[in-house]
Amino acid sequence: MSSSITVRNVWVEYGEQVVLERISLDIPAGGFIAVVGPSGCGKTTFLRMLLGQERPTRGEILLDGQPMPDEPGPDRGVVFQRYSVFPHLTVLGNVILGPELEASPLVGHVFGSRRRKIVEKAKALLDEVGLGAALNKYPSQLSGGMQQRLALAQALIRKPKVLLLDEPFGALDPGIRSEIHALMSRLWKETEITVVMVTHDLREAFLLGTRVVVFDRVRNRPEEQLRYGATVASNIEVDRKRPDRVRPVEEEALI
Amino acid sequence: MRRRIMNIVPGRGGRILLAAVPFVLIVLFYIIASAARHAENENDKILPPISQMGEALHGVAFEPDKRTGHYLFWQDTASSLKRLGVGIGVATLIGLVLGLIVGLIPVVNATFAPLIAAFSMVPPMAILPILFIVFGLGELSKVVLIVIGVAPYLVRDLAMTVGSLPREQLVKAQSLGASTWQTLLRIALPQAMPRLFDSLRLSICPAFLFLISAEAISAEDGLGYRIFLVRRYLAMDTILPYVIWIALLAYLMDFALARGARRLFPWAYERGT
Repeated sequence: MSSSITVRNVWVEYGEQVVLERISLDIPAGGFIAVVGPSGCGKTTFLRMLLGQERPTRGEILLDGQPMPDEPGPDRGVVFQRYSVFPHLTVLGNVILGPELEASPLVGHVFGSRRRKIVEKAKALLDEVGLGAALNKYPSQLSGGMQQRLALAQALIRKPKVLLLDEPFGALDPGIRSEIHALMSRLWKETEITVVMVTHDLREAFLLGTRVVVFDRVRNRPEEQLRYGATVASNIEVDRKRPDRVRPVEEEALI
Repeated sequence: MRRRIMNIVPGRGGRILLAAVPFVLIVLFYIIASAARHAENENDKILPPISQMGEALHGVAFEPDKRTGHYLFWQDTASSLKRLGVGIGVATLIGLVLGLIVGLIPVVNATFAPLIAAFSMVPPMAILPILFIVFGLGELSKVVLIVIGVAPYLVRDLAMTVGSLPREQLVKAQSLGASTWQTLLRIALPQAMPRLFDSLRLSICPAFLFLISAEAISAEDGLGYRIFLVRRYLAMDTILPYVIWIALLAYLMDFALARGARRLFPWAYERGT
């Protein structure tokens, strides 16, 4: 179901500027990797490489031992902080979009019994993320937290092998954030999917990740800024039984 | 308590009343001016009384023309609307197809965007003679003028709308398995539609401009043709009702497009919670 990702000595340079250097990581299938670091340290660049939006200048990234495709595809789902859901589709429309595209290459719409089947599946998933009562609403009618729940359901319905999260909960209120953390943990446990999450929230990283990877510049003197990029400053394994700890933390946050 | 004037917002009734005031004033002013001119010269043609306009309009709208047997007003309206409809229809089709692919596909954009930008700078009226030479003096050249006048704007506007879709949306669509074609069909097209309706609203006036110009130069019927024909006799009693009729038609189209967009694309007009 899930994929492993191998990053081997990856460098990213924009002209003279070195953004990332000597990045080597082994992300096991089913792992939950949280990437943290100060802003501007190349976290998002790293995620964009996993998406296929960007290529490393040097080094290689392997998905299940094969070179990472250099464009986004259905094997890698994604949730961004913003613009993750389509404003012109209803909640249900957003979730059935993936299966519709898969089933109908020519018109991207399915009808009749095939559609009913897809809708059933989507409804079950939406119930699970707590949006069962908002099927016919448009995203602009939803709160930020509900939009991100929708984005998760939309990304997961095509059963990607990897889920990439780019600061997905960064714009949410603390209470809402705890709820969605619990949801994220549950979904990760149920689907056994590989997750790579970029965040600037250390607490969130340790709460959700099986491994926390810190990107930072090792050399940070002004004259070194240009030629030295960020690299993996630390790589911390987190207790595997972590998901069970989520509940108490969530309740504490709600008080 | 007196409030600042910027905080005084008229209600629905007040709004209608206020909107009517300038119209009523203009009509009143016209009646007075017309009466004053007629007191001086009974045969004044420049500001005919409203009753005379009514008679002239009745003559062209409800009495068959002595020479052709047609009801000229309706014949003119039908001919003009047909040219306008075909012209705007073709321009919309070109605008949608080209606008979407130029906006979404970088290779097409690199190839055609500069050409379209250059072409849209050519004043359509300047190439009207070329159209008459190439397409003759018939219907085709009038329709083509409207297309050439309106389509480049629609293409550029839609290409920009599609081009400014958040990058995240296009990546998201691909991560759901969308091909280029599917992205165009399910992501770019529906999100371009509200903008298309807005752009069409703004294109109605230019389209009428090109229509009437073409009709003024060469036609056998049409609203623009009639106005320029009767100008020779200073027939203000016909010209003024025609102008008001053209404005009314344009207004109705604008209104229909605005209402249609709100009905068809409710998501684009939702206020965020």
